[in-house]
Amino acid sequence: MKADFGVRCSGAEPVIYELSKPGRMATTLPEPDVPPAELPPQALLRDGLDLPEVSELDLMRHYVRLSQLNWAIDIGFYPLGSCTMKYNPKVNEAAARLPGFAGTHPYQDVHTVQGNLLLMYELQEMLKEIAGFAGVSLQPSAGAHGELTGVLIMRAYHVARGETQRTRIIVPDSAHGTNPATTSMAGLEVVEVPSDERGNVDLAALEAVCGDTVCGLMLTNPNTLGLFEEQLPQVIDLIHGCGGLVYGDGANFNALLGIARPGDLGFDVMHFNLHKTFSTPHGGGGPGAGPVGVAEHLVPFLPGPIVELCECAEGECDCGCGHDDEMDEDAVCFHLVMPPKSIGRVKSFYGNFGVLVRAYTYIRMLGAAGLREVAEMAVLNANYLKSQLAGVLPVSHGRTHMHEFVAKGIIEGAPDVHALDIAKRLIDYGFHPPTNYFPLIVPEALMIEPTETESKEVLDAFAQALRSIRDEALTDPEILHEAPHTAPVGRLDEVRAARQQVLRWQGE
Amino acid sequence: MSYVPHTDADRADMLAAVGVERVEDLFHDVPAACRFPELVLPEPLSEMELMAELQAMSEENLDTGHFSCFLGAGSYNHYVPRIVDQIISRSEFYTAYTPYQPEISQGTLQSIFEYQSMICALTGMEVANASHYDGATATAEAVVMALNASRGKRKKVVLSPWLHPEYRQVVRTYTQGMGLEIVGDEVGDGAPGLDAVAALVDKNTACLIVQNPNFLGQIQDLSGLADQVHAAGALLGVVVEPVSLGLLKPPGELGADIVVGEGQGLGNGLNFGGPYLGFFACRQKDVRKMAGRLVGETVDTEGRPGFVLTLSTREQHIRRERATSNICTNQALCALAMAAHMAALGPTGLRRMAELCYHKAHYAAQEVGALEDYQVLDDAPFFQEFVVRCPAPVADINRYLLEEWGILGGYDLGRDYAHLQNHMLICVTEVISREEIDVLVEALEEAGREVAA
Repeated sequence: MKADFGVRCSGAEPVIYELSKPGRMATTLPEPDVPPAELPPQALLRDGLDLPEVSELDLMRHYVRLSQLNWAIDIGFYPLGSCTMKYNPKVNEAAARLPGFAGTHPYQDVHTVQGNLLLMYELQEMLKEIAGFAGVSLQPSAGAHGELTGVLIMRAYHVARGETQRTRIIVPDSAHGTNPATTSMAGLEVVEVPSDERGNVDLAALEAVCGDTVCGLMLTNPNTLGLFEEQLPQVIDLIHGCGGLVYGDGANFNALLGIARPGDLGFDVMHFNLHKTFSTPHGGGGPGAGPVGVAEHLVPFLPGPIVELCECAEGECDCGCGHDDEMDEDAVCFHLVMPPKSIGRVKSFYGNFGVLVRAYTYIRMLGAAGLREVAEMAVLNANYLKSQLAGVLPVSHGRTHMHEFVAKGIIEGAPDVHALDIAKRLIDYGFHPPTNYFPLIVPEALMIEPTETESKEVLDAFAQALRSIRDEALTDPEILHEAPHTAPVGRLDEVRAARQQVLRWQGE
Repeated sequence: MSYVPHTDADRADMLAAVGVERVEDLFHDVPAACRFPELVLPEPLSEMELMAELQAMSEENLDTGHFSCFLGAGSYNHYVPRIVDQIISRSEFYTAYTPYQPEISQGTLQSIFEYQSMICALTGMEVANASHYDGATATAEAVVMALNASRGKRKKVVLSPWLHPEYRQVVRTYTQGMGLEIVGDEVGDGAPGLDAVAALVDKNTACLIVQNPNFLGQIQDLSGLADQVHAAGALLGVVVEPVSLGLLKPPGELGADIVVGEGQGLGNGLNFGGPYLGFFACRQKDVRKMAGRLVGETVDTEGRPGFVLTLSTREQHIRRERATSNICTNQALCALAMAAHMAALGPTGLRRMAELCYHKAHYAAQEVGALEDYQVLDDAPFFQEFVVRCPAPVADINRYLLEEWGILGGYDLGRDYAHLQNHMLICVTEVISREEIDVLVEALEEAGREVAA
């Protein structure tokens, strides 16, 4: 089974500006139904505007053809480690497009958007329950945005207690690059700690950097090696013991749904990636959503607004919704509130609402048992696939893995073959390559996350492809070096891109 | 239903291959006391039941499809051609991720390149990135970029008081650990000109951020401002609304160093505030200080043109704690929607769309201004929003409009500006008909009598 992009789209698609012809337009606009007003002075107006001019059919064909140059979950296996490329259910899309949700303005009076607030409130409650936290803010737009939010919350907590000297954030060397980058954005200092030979945080090294200048630890668990931290209680005790807080990077939370609650494990704060764990589409690079959950002591610092149940049903509030008059026992009313010591707003309005609707839909479809099944099958799939690669590629850290594992793109007898070659050759076999060259601490890393929505047949076919590639590496390594052979383009010259910097269309 | 395909036989075979008896055995590293909690969640529903429930929940809202809405203030109700949703609903776009493997991501990469090109054209700038979370976070990243441009030596930031209040809040949130002096709010009581704001720029200032049209909808004359800011060694950032740029002179022609904005108005619906997208553009010379993903053109091994993510040595996955930002996932699909809408309109369509908004808003301002109890602030030209002084608190007027007339009234400026109590910001875009405007005017007149009395 080999992919052949060529049959779907022959050759490159011109840049849309190349399709442009003056006088064409792909949409219609109404004639004004009001008398025209005098325009502002000419000095304030623009002269020209270099947008493409295309017909509606040109436009549709252009984007359909471009789409055919893409790999996607709906085409085939996409085992991109740490990205949780699971199936994106179609009911989620229908839910987010319901006109009653999609057609509401963020500044409408809260009494006119109670359906939205009910959904957000219930999502807050469900995420609290799933992860064991006391409070959730749905504001952040993505994982990295949630990280920034979480680190600012930790900082604000210490500042509020007068411990302004706590400026250091401990980050394991297996961490995503976002962790140290986030730390710097928050105006804090990164302290890196190594991993031990079993892939855990090195406890002695951790203990050595603990002290009263520690703001907190950022810990991805399971970590980017796909391993659950074996000494997690000791790690968390060390940090709490020196007065620090523990941040959980929720990128890998898919492995823990119904298995363990980070709040129970001792984490103080964690972000969720709704576009990973909760099946909302990745969109080619967003929009995602990165809500943040916190333990009790951090609830006052959450970014707002968050949704709260109003007490008007008990006659405690004069919000004007009318429920207090009606004394309807089932009446509920939701408000948007800013927590008392909030770090502030992290974006405008209330989070990526359309993404929240999708995640809510997913959780309601699955229920508690369904969520646990997600984690169980994600972990079974990863361990099964790993078992099928025995003797094909070495795997880092011979422990039970969680939702993903890191193989090494090292083939004995083919020293010139690298992880990159294996990754590119997988494209010819009809698979998206794993994440490669990450985590940085594993040489020739191929980080493989199958997710729970893939079948045994797909995993078997993927393992078979890697076996074939291993054989090719020994007999015909050039076919790997020159891969991919069936993609719309071959390997691209990244050095040239960085040197010449053609970053926009500048004409023929 | 958890979308898993595993049959009982599959599970048994796979567990045997892994060498464990039960799936629970895979979780022995999880502390026993915390393992397998009983989650209390609503019982799962079938798709049919859930859609019915969601439909009912969505109908608890009053939506703009059923009620005339005169709200803007950073989120705009424009007509999005149907083709845009068809394009972004292609599985190949929305179920792909970040184009880490360029050979099989040319669709996403080229569409971002085209988006970058159109943002540059729209803003008059030289480089644009692949997008930010929204206009507010793009503004915050613009401030961070300006701070980095001064290598951390300049610690003061001037924000126009007529910059969207939530954008100002987000800038403060983002920079709270940086020890900055953020000024500008204090000049907000006077006329919303730029002189008093520009006067705050000094040798310690990293940047001045202004918005055009400003939060009150007014078109500001930015000529000369860049020279003034540059004379102090600071950068000028301008926050713009993209539909207005179908008509107005782009900030790139006025010397701006960074241009950002909320892109929602093109291609993206209201969606109760998100997902939207922030666009971000700067000068070529500053490209290495820019945050976010960038797509560049190159060639493959056979010389065929293609696109890749480039200049990634600025980014977190390479540069880690020295990165320009931590951003990775952005709002790619929203950017695709914006690009598709821009391409559908072309220069002529965008100009006509902008003029429709302009003419309708001016008709509304003229009619509202003719009411005895209302006064339209007319000290500056405006685009699609204008300020009206009402004879009663805006919240009271709006309650009357909704209950008696089924109208969602304008934005209450008293929420943000103490001296603008009883002032409403009314937005009129092309989706509002003349008849709806006439009804609004009649309703306002009645509300003025009934509420103020």
